[in-house]
Amino acid sequence: MNGPQTVVEVRGLTKRYGSHLTAVDRIDLTVRRGEVFGFLGPNGAGKTTTLRMLLGLVAPTSGDIGVLGHRPGTPESLARIGSLVEGPAFYPYLSGRHNLRVVARYGGIPGRRIDERVDAVLRTVDLTGRADDKYTTYSLGMKQRLGVAAALLKDPELIVLDEPTNGLDPAGMRDMRRLIRELGTEGRTVLLSSHLLGEVQQICDRVAVINHGRIVTTGTVEELRGDAELIVAAAPSDIARDRLAAMPQVRGVQVRDGLLRIQVDTQHTALVNQALVEAGVAVTELRRAERQLEDVFFEITQSPEMSHV
Amino acid sequence: MSSLAIGTATAELLKLARRPAVWVLLAAAAVLNQVFAYVVPYLSYTSGDGGGMSDGATPEQLLASTMPDQLVANTIGGFAVFAGALALVLGALMFGGEYGWGTVKTMLTQRAGRGTVLVGQLAALAVAVLIGLLVLFGLGAATSAVIAVAEDQAMSWPSLVDLAQGVGYGWLILLTWAVLGAVLGVTLRGIALPIGLGVVWVLGVENLVSAMADSVLDALEPVRDVLPGVNAGSLINAVLVDRSIEPAPGVTDAVGEGRALLTLVAYLVVAVAVAAWTFRRRDVI
Repeated sequence: MNGPQTVVEVRGLTKRYGSHLTAVDRIDLTVRRGEVFGFLGPNGAGKTTTLRMLLGLVAPTSGDIGVLGHRPGTPESLARIGSLVEGPAFYPYLSGRHNLRVVARYGGIPGRRIDERVDAVLRTVDLTGRADDKYTTYSLGMKQRLGVAAALLKDPELIVLDEPTNGLDPAGMRDMRRLIRELGTEGRTVLLSSHLLGEVQQICDRVAVINHGRIVTTGTVEELRGDAELIVAAAPSDIARDRLAAMPQVRGVQVRDGLLRIQVDTQHTALVNQALVEAGVAVTELRRAERQLEDVFFEITQSPEMSHV
Repeated sequence: MSSLAIGTATAELLKLARRPAVWVLLAAAAVLNQVFAYVVPYLSYTSGDGGGMSDGATPEQLLASTMPDQLVANTIGGFAVFAGALALVLGALMFGGEYGWGTVKTMLTQRAGRGTVLVGQLAALAVAVLIGLLVLFGLGAATSAVIAVAEDQAMSWPSLVDLAQGVGYGWLILLTWAVLGAVLGVTLRGIALPIGLGVVWVLGVENLVSAMADSVLDALEPVRDVLPGVNAGSLINAVLVDRSIEPAPGVTDAVGEGRALLTLVAYLVVAVAVAAWTFRRRDVI
């Protein structure tokens, strides 16, 4: 099922609970080697259930999953995956270091290498100074970092992170994003689930949007955001709109909140300005505006045809 | 056992060794064992009032009950009731705790498959129970030796065969209760309910059924004779040396030694099978 460049391949994956609740509905998903892939969707969309199926924690109702060329939940696949799903879970009576030692033993890391690996991942997440304190004394941010450290213990090819910035303060979120981005540049594949659009936009190479258990769209962040717009403040606006609509380079013009929003390749900005001036329109503002992933996300997830799914 | 199962077992033992609740359980077992097997009989003996504590046992019988040759009976005598309940709590804590903390997903996403994880956990439980058992034997040996020296009595120890049989039977009894606790922990996915139900069963239901079968309702005897506590008590009864001394509560001759042994082994096998079936099939959500 998986080619060498395909790390995760999912076809027709479905999870039903009872006869009424379909948490994941016939989704297809491909994650390629070396990319940071964002799995984006509102709370309850089916992100975590999908990740749990990839890790073998939840059995699919139907569909096929290939993870690093193996079935999910098998020792062959788990050995090459590090994961942090739905928050960190550790033993409260153990220190951070001892928790990692326990996880390392579960992960089959040879005894002679455990301390070396534990020290390395503690340094990576900047937790060495508090490693010998009890887990219960950790802040939420430190617990999340310990979760990432545990995910890195096996030096995995694929890292699955489910809402890794949940509960973090702004500085913690920034640090976590930087860490994830670094992991992505080290040649690992990162599958990141989030409902935070800005986070996904900043970190991910490609994105799949899931809503009500279905994949709504997949593509690069740039593809999803589409072309930038030009925002123009001009008077009289009706003459300006008619002039712009007549230009072959312009794909569309809308007037919103007294501003003209022009769908045009932004390399034609000077041409647009010249056309308006020649038409006797007074241009008081002309700027480039990029669509944010958030705009796209809400367009997709709140469109009438999706909201009933 | 595979290297992954060994890794899981060592991880479990590392957790158990650092878990305060485990030491509390061991301390409780040790204190109860020492108090009822040695301290109370010895104090009754030294006060010269045997009849007040021990159904009319003479001071000489009380002293004899604390001597090294009674080590096996004194150590495993309480396993039918209190140590069994403590072992059940240990099993429930060890397996149910993973659900309470959500760490079951941490365990199952590392490397080993579910069957391997369960084998490792059960192996660690068996080792932990054996270590606890040996601690109780060691404490009992030390206390009985001290009493024997203090009272200038001859020190006669059980034979190696008797000692091995006692350790084996004690291990089987405690492990059966511990694995029953583990099954409850896995099936009910928590700690509080398994411990509550288990302790009510060990201390309440078993005694109630036994008492009713012995006194008012003979028809309950077949039911009584398959209860784990009754079979544990019957196995302990088989290793008693001095039958003139009143045995600990729960020790009974209701079932023969062979049948009791087979029944406990059957409980152990069925409990492991139920735990494996449940653990492997369930979604971790």
